[in-house]
Amino acid sequence: MTSFAVHLPVLQVVVPLFTAAVIPLLRERSLAWAAATAASLCAFATAVLITVAVRHSGPMSYAVGSWPAPYGIELAVDAFSALLLLIVTGASSVALLIARSSLDLEVAESRQYLLYTAWLLALAGLCGIVVAGDAFNIFVFMEISSLATYILIAGGSKHALPAVFKYLVMGTIGATFYLLGVGLIYMMTGTLNLADMAVRLGEVADTRPVLVAGGFITIGLALKAAVFPLHTWLPNAYAYAPHAVTVFIAACSTKVALYVLLRFDFFVLQGNLSGHDSWFTALMLPLSIIAVLAASVAALRQRDLKKILAYSSVAQIGYILFGAGLMSASGLTGGIVHMFNHALAKGALFLAVACLAAHGATLSLEGVAGAARRMPLTAAGFVAAGLSLIGIPGTAGFIGKWFLVLGAAEGQPVEIWLAIPILLGSLIAVVYIWRVVESLYFGTQCSTAGTVREAPWWMVLTLWAAVLGNFYFGLKPGLPLELARHAAFGLLAGQE
Amino acid sequence: MTTVLCVFMLTLLVITAFGMIQARNLFSAVMLGGIYSFEMASIFFILDAADVALTEAAIGAGITTVFFLGALALTEHRERGRHGPQWLPIGVMTATGMMLIYASFDNPRIGDPNAPVHLHVAPWYLEQTPQLIDIQNIVSAILASFRGYDTLGELFVIFTAGIGVLFILSAPAPQDRKVSERLMNAEGLRHHLVPRVVGQLLVPFIVLFGLYVQFHGDYGPGGGFQAGALISAGLILYALLRGEIAALRAVPIWFLRMLIVSGALLYTTVGIAGMLLGGSFLDYSVLSNDPVAGQHLGILLVEVGVGLTVTGVLLSIFHAFAARGQ
Amino acid sequence: MEYIGLFNYWVFAVLLMIGMYAIIAKRNLIKKLLALAMFQSAVFLLYITMNKVDGGTAPIIRADVQEQVFSNPLPQVLILTAIVVGVATLALGLAIVVRIHETFGTIEEDQVYVRDRE
Repeated sequence: MTSFAVHLPVLQVVVPLFTAAVIPLLRERSLAWAAATAASLCAFATAVLITVAVRHSGPMSYAVGSWPAPYGIELAVDAFSALLLLIVTGASSVALLIARSSLDLEVAESRQYLLYTAWLLALAGLCGIVVAGDAFNIFVFMEISSLATYILIAGGSKHALPAVFKYLVMGTIGATFYLLGVGLIYMMTGTLNLADMAVRLGEVADTRPVLVAGGFITIGLALKAAVFPLHTWLPNAYAYAPHAVTVFIAACSTKVALYVLLRFDFFVLQGNLSGHDSWFTALMLPLSIIAVLAASVAALRQRDLKKILAYSSVAQIGYILFGAGLMSASGLTGGIVHMFNHALAKGALFLAVACLAAHGATLSLEGVAGAARRMPLTAAGFVAAGLSLIGIPGTAGFIGKWFLVLGAAEGQPVEIWLAIPILLGSLIAVVYIWRVVESLYFGTQCSTAGTVREAPWWMVLTLWAAVLGNFYFGLKPGLPLELARHAAFGLLAGQE
Repeated sequence: MTTVLCVFMLTLLVITAFGMIQARNLFSAVMLGGIYSFEMASIFFILDAADVALTEAAIGAGITTVFFLGALALTEHRERGRHGPQWLPIGVMTATGMMLIYASFDNPRIGDPNAPVHLHVAPWYLEQTPQLIDIQNIVSAILASFRGYDTLGELFVIFTAGIGVLFILSAPAPQDRKVSERLMNAEGLRHHLVPRVVGQLLVPFIVLFGLYVQFHGDYGPGGGFQAGALISAGLILYALLRGEIAALRAVPIWFLRMLIVSGALLYTTVGIAGMLLGGSFLDYSVLSNDPVAGQHLGILLVEVGVGLTVTGVLLSIFHAFAARGQ
Repeated sequence: MEYIGLFNYWVFAVLLMIGMYAIIAKRNLIKKLLALAMFQSAVFLLYITMNKVDGGTAPIIRADVQEQVFSNPLPQVLILTAIVVGVATLALGLAIVVRIHETFGTIEEDQVYVRDRE
C-alpha cells in the first residue's frame, strides 16, 4: 500500500483529468453526471487520504517524471494544501450531488455533458494549483481552472454572457500579471521551483525587479481572488451562473487564488525582502477592512438573492486577508480556518438558493416572499446556514471570526481597534440575512408564484447535510483548526 | 548585427501595435494583429528561439487571425462610438510603464551569459540531455520529458477551449437575429479560379509539412503543437476553398471529437503507464528496458497525443464558428 | 551604449501598457480581445529576451559542431505553453463575443450594458 500512497498527490489531479477526457464520449447526460460525480468523490477520498498522510508524517513531495527538482516539476503537499484540497473536492462533490436536477432547469439536456466535462476540468485545475510546487505549473493549472470556470458560468442565463466576458478579461489580465511576476523572479534567480526560489532570492543583490515582481504577482492573484477593489467581476458571475455551479465556485475558486497569494507572499518573498512584512500589513489591513465594510454595505442594497450572497463573499475574502495582514499566528490561523468555514456556510447558503429555484421561483426578495410556507425545510436550511455566515457561536462561521478577533486583540494597540470593523461586518451580515429570512417567512406571496412546493428530496437532504456540517465543525472544530494552525506556522516559519 | 535587427523589428512592433489599437475598421485591426504576430515571430527567431518562432507564426499569425475573422464574420466589421483618449487610464498606464522601465535598469543585459537564468537549471539541461534523453532538440526534451507535466496541462488547456467553444456555440441561436455578411459560406470560393487552383495544390503540402514537423520535433524545431496548428491550417484552407459541406465530408465532426479525446487520453495513459510500471507519473524511463529508449518512446507518444488533440480542437473551433453563420 | 541591451525591456513595458490601456479604454469587445492578445505577447517578449546568450544559437545539438554556445532552452518551453494558453483564452473569448452579439445585437460594451439591464 505504501507505493500507492506515494502517488497520492498526482492522483489528486490525474483522476479528474482522465475522467474529463472520457466524458465527451458519454453524450447522455445521466452517464456524464454519474462519471463526473464518481470522479469528484474519488478526488474527495484522495484528499482525505492525503490529509491523513500529512497529519501522520508531515509534508509530502512528488517528483513528476522522476526528474529531481528543480530540473523537473515537483508537487508539494502540506497542511495548508490538505485543507484546501478538502474544501475544493468537498464543494465539488456536494454541488454535483444536486447538479443533475438543478442543471435541467437551465441547460439543454444535449449540452450538459460538455458542462460536466468542464466541471471536472475545473476540479482538476484547482487541485493542480493546490498540489503544485512549481510557479509555472501553478500558472498552467490556474488557466485550466479559469477557462473551465468561464465555461461553467456561461451555462447560465443570457445575463451570464457579459458577466463571463468581464471575468475572462479580468482573469486573463490577472494570470498574465502573475506570469510576468514569475518571469521577473525567474530572471533574477534562474529557477521556477518555489522552495528553490525562496532560497535563491536571499542571494539576489538588486531587489528592484523582485519588488516589481512581487507587486505584479500580488495584483494578478488579487484579481483572481476578487480582492477589493478588483472584485467587480464577481457579483454578476456568481449571480448569473447556473445554481449548482455557483455552489461549487463560491465555495472554492477564490480561495485557491488566495492560497497561492499567501504562499508566494509568505513563503517566497517574506524573508527576502526587507520591510516586506510591514509593507504587506500596511497594504492588506486597510484594504481588507474596506472590503469587509464596503462589500457588506453593497450586499444590503441588493434585491437579488444570489447577488446578496455574492457581495457577502467579497466581504468574507476581506476577512481572510485581514487575518493574513495581522501577521500573527492567531490572525493567520483565523484567516485560514475561515476559508474552510466560509466554504461550508456559503456552500450551504447557495444550496438553499438552488433548492428555492428548483421549482422556478424568481430569486429576488419579492420572488421568494412567503416561500417558507411551501418550502419549510429549505427555508429553515437557509436560516441555519445564515447563522453560520454571521458567526453565531456553535456554528462554523464563529470559529474563524473568533480567531480573527483574537489575533487583533493580541496585536499592537492600534490593531485592537481593528476588531471593531470585523464585528461590524457581522452585524451588517445579520441585516442582509434577516431581509431574506423576513421575506421567506413573513412576506406575502406573489399571485403568480402558483406551483411553488418543496424541492426534490435529495436536494433538501444535501442542503441539510451541509447545514449539519456547519454545526458539526462549529462544535468540534478540531480538524480544520489543527490544519490551519499547522498552515499558519508553516507560512510564518518562512519569515525569519 | 543582431542588435540592429532586433532594434529595428522591435520598433516596427510598437508601430504596428499602435496601428492595431487605433484602427477603426476591425478587419484592418485583425490583419495588423496578424502582422504583429509575424513580427513577433521574427524577433523570437532573431533571439534564437526557433521553436517558439514556429509556434507563434503558426498559432499567433495563422490560427488566431482565422478565429478573429470568423468572429468578425458573425458580428460587426467596424468599431462604433467615437471616444477621445481617456486621461485617467493613460495616466495610470504611463505611471506603471515608467515604473517598469525604472525597474529594468537592474535587469541583466540581454545576452549576458552570466545572468542568473543561464547559471542554474539551464546548463544542467544542456549537459544532461544527450546522456539522459539523447535527442537533439533540447527544447523538445524539456517540453516533453523534464517538464512534461506542464505540457500535459497545456494539452488540457487547449482541450478545455475546445469543449468551451463547442458548449457556448451549441446554444440555440435566437430566431430573430440579423443575418450578417458571411466570409465563409457553404459554397466556399468555388467560383474564384486562382485561389481554388493554387490553394488546392497547397493543401496536401501543408498537411505533409505538418506531419514532418510533428515527427521531426526531436531533431529540429517542431513538435505536437506546431504540427497540430499546421495540419489544421491546411484543412481550414481546404474548408475555405471547397466549402463547409465538402470539408465536413472529408473530415467529419465525429472524427474530430475522436481526435480530441484520444490525444488527451493517450498523454494521460502514458503517464499512468509510468506509474503502473514502477516509476512515477510521466516517468518514461520505465517504459522500456533501456531508459533512453523509454524516453524516446514516451516523447514520441506524448507528442503524437498533443498533435492529435490540437488538430481536433482547432478544427472543431473553426467549424463551430462556421456552422454558426448558417 | 550599453542601454541598448535594455531596449527589449523598454519595448516590453511600452507594449504592456498599450495593451492594458486598450483593454480598459476601448469599448468594442473584439478590440479588447485583440488588445488582450497583444498584452499577453508582450510578456512572451520579456521571457524570450531572457533566453538569448551572446554568440549563442538555438538549443539544438548538432553532431558535427563541437564547441557550441547555446541560448537558454527553458524560457522557450514556458512561452510555448503560454502561447497555447493565450490562443485557448482567445478562442473562448471570441465564442462569447459571438453569443453576446446574437443575444444583445451589439458588441460595444456600453450598449451591451444598457441592453442587459432591460
